[in-house]
Amino acid sequence: MPAAPPAKGARKAPRFIAGPLWLTVPALVLLVAVVGYPLLIIVLRSFSEPAWGVQNYVWFFGTPVNLVVLQRTFEVSAWVTLACVISAYPYAYMMTVVGPAMRMLLILCVLVPFWVSGVVRTMAWVILLQDSGVINSLLKWAGLGTVRLIRTQLGVVIGMTQVLLPFMILPLYSVMRGIDLRLVQAARSLGARPSRAFLQVYLPLSLPGVYAGAIIVFILALGFYITPALLGGPRSVLLSTLMQNQVLSLLNWGRGGAMGVVLLVATFVLLALAAPLMRQRHKQGARR
Amino acid sequence: MKSTLATAAAKGAAIDIVSAIKRYGAFTALDDVSLHIEPGEFMTLLGPSGSGKTTTLNVVAGFTEITSGELTVGGTSMVGVPAHKRNIGVVFQHYALFPHMNVGRNVAYPLTLRGVGRAERERRVARALDMVKMADFAHRYPSELSGGQQQRVALARAIVFDPPILLMDEPLGALDKKLREWLQLEIKRIHRELGTTFVYVTHDQEEALVLSDRIAVFNHGRIEQIGTGRQLYDEPATLFVGKFIGDSTVLRGEARVSGEETAITIAGETVTTRRRIADGARPVMLLRPEKLSLARPGAGAGGRNRLSGEIAEAIYLGSGSKYEVRLRDGSTAIVRSPLEAESFAIGDAVSLCFAERDAKLLADDDQADLILT
Amino acid sequence: MPMQKHTRLILGLVCLLVAVWLVAPTLVVIPMSFNANKSLAFPPVGFSWQWYENFLTNPDWSSSFFNSLKVATLVAVLATVLGTLAAFGLDRMRSATASGILRMLLITPMVVPGVVLAIGIYAVYLDAHLVGTLGGFVLAHTILAIPFVIIAVSANLEVFDKRLETAAASCGAGRLTAFRTVTLPLILPGILSGLLFAFVTSFDEIIVALFISNPYLKTLPVQIFTSITRDADPTVAAVGTVLFLATSLVIAGGLLLGNRRRKS
Repeated sequence: MPAAPPAKGARKAPRFIAGPLWLTVPALVLLVAVVGYPLLIIVLRSFSEPAWGVQNYVWFFGTPVNLVVLQRTFEVSAWVTLACVISAYPYAYMMTVVGPAMRMLLILCVLVPFWVSGVVRTMAWVILLQDSGVINSLLKWAGLGTVRLIRTQLGVVIGMTQVLLPFMILPLYSVMRGIDLRLVQAARSLGARPSRAFLQVYLPLSLPGVYAGAIIVFILALGFYITPALLGGPRSVLLSTLMQNQVLSLLNWGRGGAMGVVLLVATFVLLALAAPLMRQRHKQGARR
Repeated sequence: MKSTLATAAAKGAAIDIVSAIKRYGAFTALDDVSLHIEPGEFMTLLGPSGSGKTTTLNVVAGFTEITSGELTVGGTSMVGVPAHKRNIGVVFQHYALFPHMNVGRNVAYPLTLRGVGRAERERRVARALDMVKMADFAHRYPSELSGGQQQRVALARAIVFDPPILLMDEPLGALDKKLREWLQLEIKRIHRELGTTFVYVTHDQEEALVLSDRIAVFNHGRIEQIGTGRQLYDEPATLFVGKFIGDSTVLRGEARVSGEETAITIAGETVTTRRRIADGARPVMLLRPEKLSLARPGAGAGGRNRLSGEIAEAIYLGSGSKYEVRLRDGSTAIVRSPLEAESFAIGDAVSLCFAERDAKLLADDDQADLILT
Repeated sequence: MPMQKHTRLILGLVCLLVAVWLVAPTLVVIPMSFNANKSLAFPPVGFSWQWYENFLTNPDWSSSFFNSLKVATLVAVLATVLGTLAAFGLDRMRSATASGILRMLLITPMVVPGVVLAIGIYAVYLDAHLVGTLGGFVLAHTILAIPFVIIAVSANLEVFDKRLETAAASCGAGRLTAFRTVTLPLILPGILSGLLFAFVTSFDEIIVALFISNPYLKTLPVQIFTSITRDADPTVAAVGTVLFLATSLVIAGGLLLGNRRRKS
């Protein structure tokens, strides 16, 4: 047998890349103009306004309020992610075991939030969480007294969790759908108790879906703006709101820019950390 | 385009490939291939995978451009002509039917592209589907057909525009044996009816023998031999061809020339031939199983070449028997003997007999040997 | 997986809870939209159509609705064309590294924190005088919608059998004809869902819109947002209800059509 031919057209590569490359150029030009350039401006201003230097970062990390907000942003994102994982896992699992009609219904429930405007959904939460809202009315009716929800961190977490839940359920479902349930049966037939079979066989196989969903939810939560702005109060301000405030109200582009860069860096560092987990998902997909 | 199609109907065109070379980086897929195919001929390109047969087909089809060399079809150079302007029908191993069109529209597709009018189109689609016996399936979609049916539709699509040349790339490779044998006969019939030049790629030597007028045997990007099936079987030009086509026994020895005769020593025994070979050369001797016979040691015809061995395996085939004979040097000879011949049992000592003219002396080719083992 | 009865029961209850949690909060806008009082307090009082009337007659609401419709339509077309071209280019690239890197780049708008991007765009638009312009909205929303188109079309291209294009060539089709008659019809579902995603992305987008709107041009989400923050105007609930019903109708229609096509 002759050696396997090398990658076809290796010698002609430049020409072959050139063709398809042109098709991506319009989108790339737009990307550079509407995403790349604006982000560059943000970065530049964080170092150049009001004067060149790192004073904005010194200010950001030297001001306790900023650090509290930064910490709160991560905390809220973590709580939202955790709440999403806990509520999405059984739901996504159920989607894989029920009949087709029931599955359709469950999928529909996940998609409903997608087809209602995000602002409208947040407004619904305002109605639900306000002091005279549905939840408090129910609590009062049950004789449990009222809880302050609107303009609190708890309210923000509740609202964000509901808005972000579909982003957790869908990747989780797509991974779980690919898990061969016979593996679990095999574990049972080898003498594993149901809980053990679940923990040692099913859970590890579903983890890539958990990672993928969790990272998406966490990253989206970090940059969330509308829901915290409407449901939160002064004590539950997140970094996005703080940044918006610096730029629009105080017209301080330098400090706002520094906050933006912090958010950007946090997002991309998280993505980079998550990349290996995602790759593992691809490998498993290939093996199926 | 319409008028040329109407007049160029049904008769095949000649194909000439002259010194074609195709390189992919450091890998040479075609190494100086020259091939002349007569108009209306059924030519099969036969060889193991990676031998260059499919590359040759792709070059003719226009899917691959040759690095150097010349390709003409019907006397016109095709170098640089894109595939869609070559007017050549192609049938693929994977059927390649368009899943969003029904059978009728699939077959009509080449005609639609050529601007053939509706009435004419329908007539020709019906004729092509008739020819492959799929007329009742025009409204079905490819996903509703079996593999064999899909391949027949693909064949109809490739002949509907009366191309002077039809290329087939292992079209039966994905089908089971029974269906394959039946479709081979169908393809042969269609070739007879159309008179189109057929170029057929396969790695199955039996299929090649059933179908072809001539066969080109490919190996390592080169053509080892071109000829009819009988020529390739009876007069293989190289050891590779001898081993690739039909069963054969290959014996290795050393040649000693003395006057008119050449003596070849194989495992300590000597056979003679009148063929002229360089003194001291180490040729291989190729023997077909039905040209070998077995005898008890010391008995039987004189004057024939004999080698001694022992029966290693005896298989009753109904129409006769097949024996594997272990020779002294450990090599194995395969013998097919007719029903009326004497039978032997495993372990019997035997003489392997053959006529001088039935032994093909060929140059040894270690590479070829590697290919098959 | 074989499950104990009580495990299944608990699981079913949890699912029911999650399903309610996903759907119910949104439905609360429906009763609110018929509130007779100008208040978002629950429960609503009385019954009236006035908020629907307000949506239709108040120019603030109707103009922002039509702005959104206009922007989203243009964005859907532009993003679908650019995204499909890009997805096609990425698919055909010989170098997996090059296409991988470019794909990642083109998808970044999905992960960049909304406010950061919005403020950056705002800064650029201030200089370029694009704030409050149709073009400005369309450009910004298009780049946000392109990732969805690329993902949807790529998913279809991945399962598309490229050998069909070779087959089309052997039938006499040039590259463009092969694309039009074979490739395009087969990846059309991906393109259409990309189109839908792009439309919804733009129609629903608020963060960037909030920054690049001005009194002359604002989109519906911006109008809703300002209305919520300024006063407790139940018109928002009426708009939410209308949008909810409209999308439900479109989706139900799509499902029915899909079902019928599968059957025939």
